[in-house]
Amino acid sequence: MSIIIENLSYIYDLGTPFETTALDNISINIDQGEFIGLIGHTGSGKSTLIQHMNGLIKPTEGKIIVNGVDITDKKIKLSEIRKKVGLVFQYPEYQLFEETVYKDIAFGPSNLNLSDSEIDKRVRYAMDIVNIDFNEYKDKSPFELSGGQKRRVAIAGVLAMEPEVLILDEPTAGLDPRGRDEILNQIKRLHSEKKITVILVSHSMEDIARLVDRIIVMHQGKIEIVGPKELVFRHAQRLEEIGLGLPQILYLVNALREKNIEIDSNAISFEAVKAELIRLVGVRND
Amino acid sequence: MIKIQQVGYTYETSEYKSIAIEMIDLHVEKGDFVAVIGHNGSGKSTLAKLINGILLPTEGNVFVAGMNTKDDKLIWEIRKTAGMVFQNPDNQIVATVVEEDVAFGPENLGLPQFMIRERVDSALAQVGMSEHMKKPPYLLSGGQKQRVAIAGILAMKPDCIVLDEPTAMLDPVGRKEVMETIEKLNRDENITVIHITHFMEEAIKAKRVVVIEEGKVIIDGTPNEVFKEVAKLQDMGLDVPQVTLMAYHLRNSGINIKEDILTVEEMVEEICQLL
Repeated sequence: MSIIIENLSYIYDLGTPFETTALDNISINIDQGEFIGLIGHTGSGKSTLIQHMNGLIKPTEGKIIVNGVDITDKKIKLSEIRKKVGLVFQYPEYQLFEETVYKDIAFGPSNLNLSDSEIDKRVRYAMDIVNIDFNEYKDKSPFELSGGQKRRVAIAGVLAMEPEVLILDEPTAGLDPRGRDEILNQIKRLHSEKKITVILVSHSMEDIARLVDRIIVMHQGKIEIVGPKELVFRHAQRLEEIGLGLPQILYLVNALREKNIEIDSNAISFEAVKAELIRLVGVRND
Repeated sequence: MIKIQQVGYTYETSEYKSIAIEMIDLHVEKGDFVAVIGHNGSGKSTLAKLINGILLPTEGNVFVAGMNTKDDKLIWEIRKTAGMVFQNPDNQIVATVVEEDVAFGPENLGLPQFMIRERVDSALAQVGMSEHMKKPPYLLSGGQKQRVAIAGILAMKPDCIVLDEPTAMLDPVGRKEVMETIEKLNRDENITVIHITHFMEEAIKAKRVVVIEEGKVIIDGTPNEVFKEVAKLQDMGLDVPQVTLMAYHLRNSGINIKEDILTVEEMVEEICQLL
């Protein structure tokens, strides 16, 4: 499922003295199966952009075409978009409301005119992906669960819609490192097994560097930089200027380069940098 | 400053019992900066609540500046001495104007108006929020709201501040603002800081790091001493800074590199010596 965004602009309070441009002429193509990192500091327009992708906001100008269908078209049914594009909000556990975990996850699919057995299949599938045991948890109240489990149940509710594009807005905010890694590994697995398109909004450059293929950097409602992560992370100075940064390991790489130590410019991941350091130290020691 | 003596805490309802703190013995000196790390459910937040008397130990005693938290009559004095800042910036601000929120504590102490004014002004200056004092809190960013919450504590003239994941819900800019504020209060005002966090880059700024797991202190030492225990920390599901982890991996690959590296600068220096 591809997403094509053409000349998208969004202005809040258009025609009033409070007029604010949240998105300013954005154009981007996202291909089927890509894993995209969307970064930018608070107020850069990230959230407004992802809300457009699932039809929550209609653009002031421009088009969004999801798999050939223009979702900005007034005749399009919102339920059609929601089936294709799943959006996991920040702190999604605040949106849990049903009596049981099962009913909460089944809520979305049961609005799609599916058979009970299909709904059941989807709930089981979604719980499996987020690693919440079906038999142990299906009848529990979501409010009895720990913070990390609630978060995973909320994500399962979106996965049960079997979206072809999954957008997650800071899915690990506030979790401890273990809870964070569990959720990110599940998303990674989902992406590689189902080949769905994933758009991850995150403030953690370490997570972005580890997971995504391509990065979109937003600043003041515009796309500031876009490209493969290896290229985007070369703009260290600009990223810092706009309130972002690099994974710590790349600060190390840059500091070494400043001392004229040569390191492969494609070494972005922890493992690749480690191999480079071993090569350097090993070679000189011989 | 803070003495936690043989403390245990068990949450108990008619239906279940859950041991949050098995046994902790911890002394924090005046002016210290202690980071407490441990994963969710390890007992960190329970510990924080025990320090300012929100919870009372089911075993042992907690003393704040010599005052036992079990002493009812001292509870307000204890909370004035050890103020607490929580995770969610939106749950801590009560007033509709920043300066009024900061004034809330001192007003309840029954101080004369001019002293309240003085305390509010100086607290807002300490957190760098003076220019926003007339604003409604909803116009502030998350980091600014947390700094207002800290100012509210400072206006009580505490000796100690306990912060329970104050940066967990903030973006990187907000996180930096709050951390710089905390460091400055510790450095310039000699305020004792107990900082509970999941972010290791924040923990390394402390003078002392305490690692808690299953209601017990597992490791206690300087950041260098604690973070060199990479395998142990990873087993507990905790992070270590990426450069520390890199040094650990390089050592395991047979490279003779220091094991207690915490910063990029230290790592660069070490690597340059190996070349």
